[in-house]
Amino acid sequence: MTGPLGRLAAGFDRWLFRLRPDEPAPVELVQRRIFVLPTPAGLAFATTLLTLLIASINYSLSLGYALTFLLAGAGASSILHAFRNLLGLRLQPASAEPCFAGEPLRLTLAMDNPAHRPRPALRAQLVGGPVAEFALPPGETTYVTLAKPTQQRGRLALGRMTVETRYPLGLIRAWSVLSPHFDAWVYPAPEPDPPPLPATPAHRPGAPSGHFGQEDFAGLRNHLPTDSPRHVAWKIYAREGPLVVKQFAGGEGGELALLWSELPAHLDVEARLARLTAWVCEADRLRRAFRLALPGIDIPAGTGPAHTTRCLEALAVFGI
Amino acid sequence: MARQPAPALHGAQHAWLWATAALTLAPHGPYLPSWLGIAVLALMASQAWRIRREARPPPRLVVALVAAAAIAGVLATYRHFFGKDPGVALLAILLVLKLLEARSARDAQAAILLALFLQTAQFLNGQSLAVGALALAGAVLAVGSLASLQLSDAPRQTLRLAGGLMLQGLPLMLALFLFFPRVEGPLWGMPADAFSARSGLSDRMSPGAISELVKSDAIAFRAEFDGPPPPPKLRYWRGPVLDRFDGQTWHPTPERIVEQPAYRPSGPAYPYRLTLEPHQRTWLLALDFPPGNLPFARYTPDYRLLARQPIRSRQRFDLMAYPDTPVGLELVPADLAGALQLPPGGNPRTRALGQKLRQEGTPEAILAAAIDEFRRAGLTYTLRPPLLAEDTVDGFLFDTRRGFCEHFASAFGFLLRAAGVPARIVTGYQGGEVNPVNQILEVRQSDAHAWTEVWLEGRGWVRVDPTALAAPARGEGSLARALDASEALPFLLRTDQNWLRRLRHQWDALNNDWNQFVLGYNADRQLALLTRLGFDAPDWRDLAGLLLGSAAGLFCAWLVWARRPSPPADPLARTWDRFCRRLGRAGLPRLPWEGPLAYAERAALRWPDLAAELRAIAQDYSRLRYGADGSTADPKPLRHRIDRLKPK
Repeated sequence: MTGPLGRLAAGFDRWLFRLRPDEPAPVELVQRRIFVLPTPAGLAFATTLLTLLIASINYSLSLGYALTFLLAGAGASSILHAFRNLLGLRLQPASAEPCFAGEPLRLTLAMDNPAHRPRPALRAQLVGGPVAEFALPPGETTYVTLAKPTQQRGRLALGRMTVETRYPLGLIRAWSVLSPHFDAWVYPAPEPDPPPLPATPAHRPGAPSGHFGQEDFAGLRNHLPTDSPRHVAWKIYAREGPLVVKQFAGGEGGELALLWSELPAHLDVEARLARLTAWVCEADRLRRAFRLALPGIDIPAGTGPAHTTRCLEALAVFGI
Repeated sequence: MARQPAPALHGAQHAWLWATAALTLAPHGPYLPSWLGIAVLALMASQAWRIRREARPPPRLVVALVAAAAIAGVLATYRHFFGKDPGVALLAILLVLKLLEARSARDAQAAILLALFLQTAQFLNGQSLAVGALALAGAVLAVGSLASLQLSDAPRQTLRLAGGLMLQGLPLMLALFLFFPRVEGPLWGMPADAFSARSGLSDRMSPGAISELVKSDAIAFRAEFDGPPPPPKLRYWRGPVLDRFDGQTWHPTPERIVEQPAYRPSGPAYPYRLTLEPHQRTWLLALDFPPGNLPFARYTPDYRLLARQPIRSRQRFDLMAYPDTPVGLELVPADLAGALQLPPGGNPRTRALGQKLRQEGTPEAILAAAIDEFRRAGLTYTLRPPLLAEDTVDGFLFDTRRGFCEHFASAFGFLLRAAGVPARIVTGYQGGEVNPVNQILEVRQSDAHAWTEVWLEGRGWVRVDPTALAAPARGEGSLARALDASEALPFLLRTDQNWLRRLRHQWDALNNDWNQFVLGYNADRQLALLTRLGFDAPDWRDLAGLLLGSAAGLFCAWLVWARRPSPPADPLARTWDRFCRRLGRAGLPRLPWEGPLAYAERAALRWPDLAAELRAIAQDYSRLRYGADGSTADPKPLRHRIDRLKPK
């Protein structure tokens, strides 16, 4: 969308859907941002009623009028129910798992129903993502995880999302378009088949890192959902301690240096980032300490999830 | 927007559809051709079995073959596809097959719309209260089926939702029903079979014709008199007049229309409103004798009143009756050749009796002698007369001596003609019963009757009811008392079932209200209602205005209802909500995942001077919410505490 016409269209869009570039959370669905239109089934229903009305006129069927009008009344009141099913719903982005470009971004939203009536048959969707169906019991908050396809690395804004309902009869679709302010990390896509990690630079005597074998115990850290159960310190957990994971240092080498400058000259920026990402992941998997140096950025050697995250984030926004 | 494959229907949704279809098809059952009825029944049963077994839908090829066979069958039965009956047959087949092959929500919605068509089509067969109730139940199920596609609640909840939607739609329905401008149909030509033939009088009379009719206690028409109704012996409602006899059957003369009746009304007048049930004929069956200048009616030389169109739906007419009017005074004997016609041969004994009566001289004397003959003959009035072969009049008068009103009238007319006195047969209804509930006179098919008219010089046509000679009670309007107790009468006509009769009267009065106010609501009534609402000379523009106005008003009321704030369910939650809103306004909204204590800690960092109070409030709330004594404690003190809080 470029050019004056594109800007105009975008402006109209924002005006129509009352979008602000980034809405402060929580976003509450108020009357003027809920839209109501018939679904295809609703149009078919209306056409049917029109046919029934004409038949009732032609055959002077008083009960035909009555039945047609009763169904029309039920259909009309279903508009209100659809509208009311969204009205007052509050929604707030809660958390997002970082992902690699090309993978779907998984984002969790807190959907809050402040009213004391249930809100059944709700659907939410990020632009381009699959539909998530959920229902809200009265006065409760439900967490809904939505997915969104990603293509580019960087800080990805949540963008536009829709919340809709076809409750109660499927004849009417009430929906709201919103873009709550929320960013998620999209790391560069790792190179699918990277060359092996660069060789360890010359061994420095006295340095503690790298001297432990694969099985050498190096300490405990808090459990993360992605940890293998083999590494959980079950003995501590059995003594009613916290759920922690045993960390092993070592591997076959010492400290790794993942350097932008050392990469082959023919690689372009994205290919370099892809390779470095793949290496960071590999080093993390092997639990080896590594240093990451990009033009203008040098992250000293370290290990652990926080370090890996810091490196991946640096790769994600490099040059942006 | 990514399109996802439509989820398959589950068992409960199939069950909803099945119930809707069953309730929709049931009232059509008696009107479908029998082979189709059986096929529909079999397919519905197989569908029920499949729902129970959670079996997969049959292959589409099988469904297509069944559809093709059924359509061929409909074509073979009716020879065409146009008209009500083949249309309904096709819809019924389509509905059942759609049910069978329904896989997705779209299929289900299509089936529901088909069901709505069939529910409306059942009104072509009748619009009684019972049919209306059945259609209402069907519509609730149809709406429930639509709802079941959106949510998977228990059936009872879905039903309650559907009922609630209908109730909320009721005001709009009433506004539309009252104010939607009614157009008198038809908009286009109706198929000839639009309304099934209904029982009623025939335009000819042979032995047995009326006694068959009398077995039905269906209402033929109702009459609402402004004052007391005329006494039973004057209640003769004129139908076809027959004056050509071929030895078996009496036929009417070819129909002629005259501008005005030839008589001048005289004597007491009885104004009344006649509500005719549809009988597909133009006969208005007016009480003898209506006045001239009725804009909606035409006249015949034999004093009948005709409508301009066949009575295809229940209609109401404002009429008058002058029972004492002399008619036929202006006729001269030359006009009456038709009333002396007899077939060339047959019934020799009656002819001989007629010749004998001729010797009495004046027509008055001959009439008196004929009446005497009838009184003396020992004739019995019965619903089950023996079958008569060749000479029906002779057979009745001299052999079996048992007959129903058509035998009496036919024999009397024949006898008088044989004696040279002009006479003819009049068929119609006689009597009727005043419903004590609403004082409306109800005339049923069982009141169908035939009598004779005799023309006397200076007196014109004089009504003589020969049946009354043998069974005086019949002339008083009571078929039940006129007949022997052993006769098979419609159950409800028997006099000894008093409580049943009372119930019947209540039911008939209710039906009359239904007919008048629901079914009879048409363009005229609509304008009358507007006049009563204070409109001068209302027309369709007023209707449209009223309709739009009431619809807009209703929508506003609905919107107010939808927007009314709904506070959290329990007082404690409301109290906590107050706390969060208060801090939120001061710039620190609670995060959705934040528990009360964590939130208070964060707030305490922001407002150190309030830290103690904030923590205390959160602890109080936690205790009330989660503590052992929490459910019974009073949240009021906490609320006052929150109200005193002034975060900046």
